[in-house]
Order: sequence, then C-alpha cells, then structure tokens
Amino acid sequence: FSTEKGNLAQVRHVVLVLSGKGGVGKSTLTTELALALRQAGKKVGILDVDLCGPSIPRMLSVGRQEVHQCDAGWVPVYTDAHKSLALMSIGFLLENPDDAVIWRGPKKTALIGQFVSDVAWGELDYLLVDTPPGTSDEHLAVVESLRKHRVDGAILVTTPQAVSTGDVRREIAFCKKTGLRVLGIVENMSGFVCPHCSECTNIFSKGGGEELAKLTDSPFLGCVPLDPQLSSSLEEGRDFLQAFPDSATFGAINQIAHAVMTSIAERG
Amino acid sequence: MEDVPSGAPQHCPGTSSDQAGKSSACQGCPNQAICASGMTKAPDPAVEEIRQKMSTVKHKILVLSGKGGVGKSTFSAHLAHGLASDGSTEVALLDVDICGPSIPKIMGLEGEQVHQSGSGWSPVYVEDNLAVMSIGFLLSSPDDAVIWRGPKKNGMIKQFLRDVDWGDIDYLIVDTPPGTSDEHLSVVQYLSSTHIDGAIIITTPQEVSLQDVRKEISFCRKVKLPVIGVVENMSGFVCPKCKNKSQIFPPTTGGAEKMCQDFNIPLLGKVPLDPRIGKSCDEGKSFLTEVLDSPATAAYKSIIQRIQEYCSSHQPQD
Repeated sequence: FSTEKGNLAQVRHVVLVLSGKGGVGKSTLTTELALALRQAGKKVGILDVDLCGPSIPRMLSVGRQEVHQCDAGWVPVYTDAHKSLALMSIGFLLENPDDAVIWRGPKKTALIGQFVSDVAWGELDYLLVDTPPGTSDEHLAVVESLRKHRVDGAILVTTPQAVSTGDVRREIAFCKKTGLRVLGIVENMSGFVCPHCSECTNIFSKGGGEELAKLTDSPFLGCVPLDPQLSSSLEEGRDFLQAFPDSATFGAINQIAHAVMTSIAERG
Repeated sequence: MEDVPSGAPQHCPGTSSDQAGKSSACQGCPNQAICASGMTKAPDPAVEEIRQKMSTVKHKILVLSGKGGVGKSTFSAHLAHGLASDGSTEVALLDVDICGPSIPKIMGLEGEQVHQSGSGWSPVYVEDNLAVMSIGFLLSSPDDAVIWRGPKKNGMIKQFLRDVDWGDIDYLIVDTPPGTSDEHLSVVQYLSSTHIDGAIIITTPQEVSLQDVRKEISFCRKVKLPVIGVVENMSGFVCPKCKNKSQIFPPTTGGAEKMCQDFNIPLLGKVPLDPRIGKSCDEGKSFLTEVLDSPATAAYKSIIQRIQEYCSSHQPQD
C-alpha cells in the first residue's frame, strides 16, 4: 500500500483539461471525453475543480447527489451501476444549487487539496481534472497537490477566434512554467452547420486552434463543431455519444479521445 | 468574505475577524501579535483613497457573469463604444480580468503601453473620450501568463482603482473575469465607500450557463450590489444563407427570461449570435459602427439606452 500516493495509488493516468478562456467548452469536452473513454472500456473519474461554477454534475445528470464518507475518504458519485464513471465536484457539497461559493484563493486551495488527497477513487484508468478558466489559485493548487502523483499532461481547449486563442497562449505559458506536458489543443465551436440548409457558418471564425498549435509547436487533437444536439444533450444530462452515434460531432470526439490515449501510451 | 492570508494556519479566522489573534489556530502564527493588536481590523486605507479618486466619476457599472465566455468583454467593450458615441460623454473601461485580459484585443489596443505621469498611470485612449486600462498593457509579450494567486490580483486591482489617472468621467465600466472570487470581492470592497450604480449580468440561454449566473445573482445580493439587469447573449442564430433561425445554445429551462422572472430582475434584452461580432472583436473594431444592418446592433443600442436611463434615474443623493 503506497501511502505516498494515497487515494491516487490506483489511478493510472491523470489528465488536466485547461483553457485560459471561459465558456469555450472545458466541461463539455471533459464530459464527452470521459464518456468516450468509458465507451472504449476504460474506468474513468472526473474531478471538477471549478469551485465557483461547477457544471459537470448537470452535464452528467447527477445534480442532487450526496457525498458519503468511507474509511478511505469521500466516496465519489457514480453515474452508473457499473461504477465505470466516477465524479467529484463542489456541486455535491452545496445545500442549494444557486448558492454562490464566494471564496478567496486560500480557501479554494484548501478544498482542492482535499479533493486530491481525500477522494477514494479506487482503481481508475483515467482521471480527468476539469478546471475553471485562468491561471490562478485553482490551477496552482491542482498542480501542486498532484506533484507527488505523475500527471500525464494537459489538454487545452480553445474556440477559433483570436480573442480566445490569445488567452490559451497564456495557458501554454502556464504549462511551460509548471512543467506540465501539453498533450494537445482542441478547437471547439468550430463552425455551425445550419439544420435548415446545411450551410456551414464559422460563427467564431475558423482554424484558430490549429494555427495556435503550429505557432506553439503543440500537437493538434482536432475540431469539435458547434452542434445544438450536443448542447441539448448536455443540458438534459444525456449521453450524447449513445444518443447520436452517427453525428459528425461524435466522430470528432471519439477521434480526440483516441488521440489522447495514444499520446499517453506512447510516452509510457 | 474572510480575509485569510495565503500560508495562514489551517483554521485562521481571518485578519479582520473578531477572533483575529485570539483563536486557538492563532497560537504560534507569526502574525498573532499584529492580529491581536487590532491593527488588521482597521479598514484598508486604500478604500478612502479610492473614494477620493472616484469622486470625479459619475457612474460606475460592473459587468458580471458567473460563467466564462458568455460575452462579458464583448459587451463591456460595446457598452463603452456605445456610450462614447456621444462626444460629450467621457467613458472609461477598466478590465480586472487579470489572468485573461481580452479588452486590449477587442478595443484594438494590443501592444499599447501604459505611461506614468505625475498624477498616476495614464490610461490608453481609443478616442478622446474613451479611456481603457487593462493588465494587458503591462505585459511585455502576448504569451506572458499572469500566474498569480488572489492577494497579488487584489493588489493589482487596488492599483487600477487608486493609481490610474482617469480624470473627470461620466461612466466607469468594469469588466470582470468569470466567477465569484477574489477579483469580484476586491472590486466591490475597494469601491465600498463610493456609489456603484449596479451590475449588468451577462448570460447565454442554456441552463448550464444560467446555473452559474444564478450564483452570481446570489453574490450580488450578498454584497448588496444592485442588479441593473440581465443581458441574454448568443440568443439564437440566423443563418446568413437561408435566414432561418436556430437555437445553438437552446434555452431548455426558459432562458434568461424565466430566470429574470424568478429573481424579479429586469431583462435588458437579447443579443443574437452574429459571426460579424466575433470578427469585429478579433479586428479590434466597434461592431456598432462596422455592421449597421445587424439585428444584434439594434439589440445592443436598445440595451445601452436602457442602461443610460437607469443610471440617470438612480443618481446618488449627496
């Protein structure tokens, strides 16, 4: 029993999902990646460290769960009977879902420390860590508390427009400074296909993510289009991958999941 | 709203609490004597300095949203442009998003630098009557990440409010990062002895965004910040080819309209998605003067007018 790693001892891979910019789809991508990895037969955990705006519980439709204690610590919330997808989020600790968590940095750092050390994940193939936007307390707290454990790397999410890629460049600088490997960049909200006439409009421009990947010499993992079916699946907490296996978005997400697995496996 | 310094003992009661320096957690803390002396409970002298500085600012508006990427900076920038289109109105735009400053890019001011003068930092001017300040002007490269914890961000915000030479202005618009944390508490605290007209809350129509925005409204209530109203952004998309409308971010729970009814706060308007808005922002131009025929322009203009009316009918009495 390795006390050094504690509750993370049986977690094989840890991946952070980061973006300097808010609302670009970090939680969406985290959720969909987790579902895709599960479909590939993996055991997956999600740690949601967005303390002021936790979205994952709703996206997985486990909004009003309670967290229980066991000998090893907090038991994560499982989304299914097979316990193949586990989740921990501050959303489970709030009495009222509209309660604001008005905390300054030190309190956020303390809770993240607890999330990392005290959740009894058990055996997991992948632990995905969903983060809030920015490069501040939460991000430093996660990196520092995971220092003892090996973090495989970070996936950076951006939307195509320059206003967003500008913030993601700063996130890459954060990864360099903290020694995090960049597994790759995902461009989200890339083009919208009109359901009426099939015309593709690039609402938030196009190609910014790929350009950024070239500019910063990072791998490009792929594009996810704007898809109202994806937005409504997340709203209702349905498994998009099961509901729409034929959509182009499904293909894009699956491809990204496999690229991430390959990238991690190659490094060993 | 405790004031717990970084590196404090685990159960630190906060430097401004009644228990400061006296609780069991304070035993052995190097700051115990200072906290026990009561010095730390005195209000930050900056609050008074900021009050004096802000005496020449007529209206102060915060732009907030619990959720990221819903269009806070886009809205702040266009509110500033819209108000400044009247040449006799002096407008200032302050960006307190320390880790992700977008305002310099959206205002077409990337690469600009802030200058020092006898009376403080000079903001960067877009027009004679539109001044901008952002941490983006203080970074040497667009790749520079500001990896700061709370206390350093707070210090920067204090400086922005106290040390920038704004001059006489009619409107100060403060663009904030997502969330309800250090930056938001600091802005409200530092402006606590001045009159803040209120907050404008931005959301997108889907529930995943609204659930964060409700938290922001709880925040406003807790810190007693009036809510001027809510703007629903990215509200539907009209295909430029077939002119049919689609809901990209569907309002599955009734959108901002339902939320505003529930909280009894005004809905200022809905701004549709228009690819030309994002393009104008990337090019640093004002969408309001670039694209006159868009329904989004009309929506923006009507919202700006309602904000002006609110501010002039809620003048502070002093």
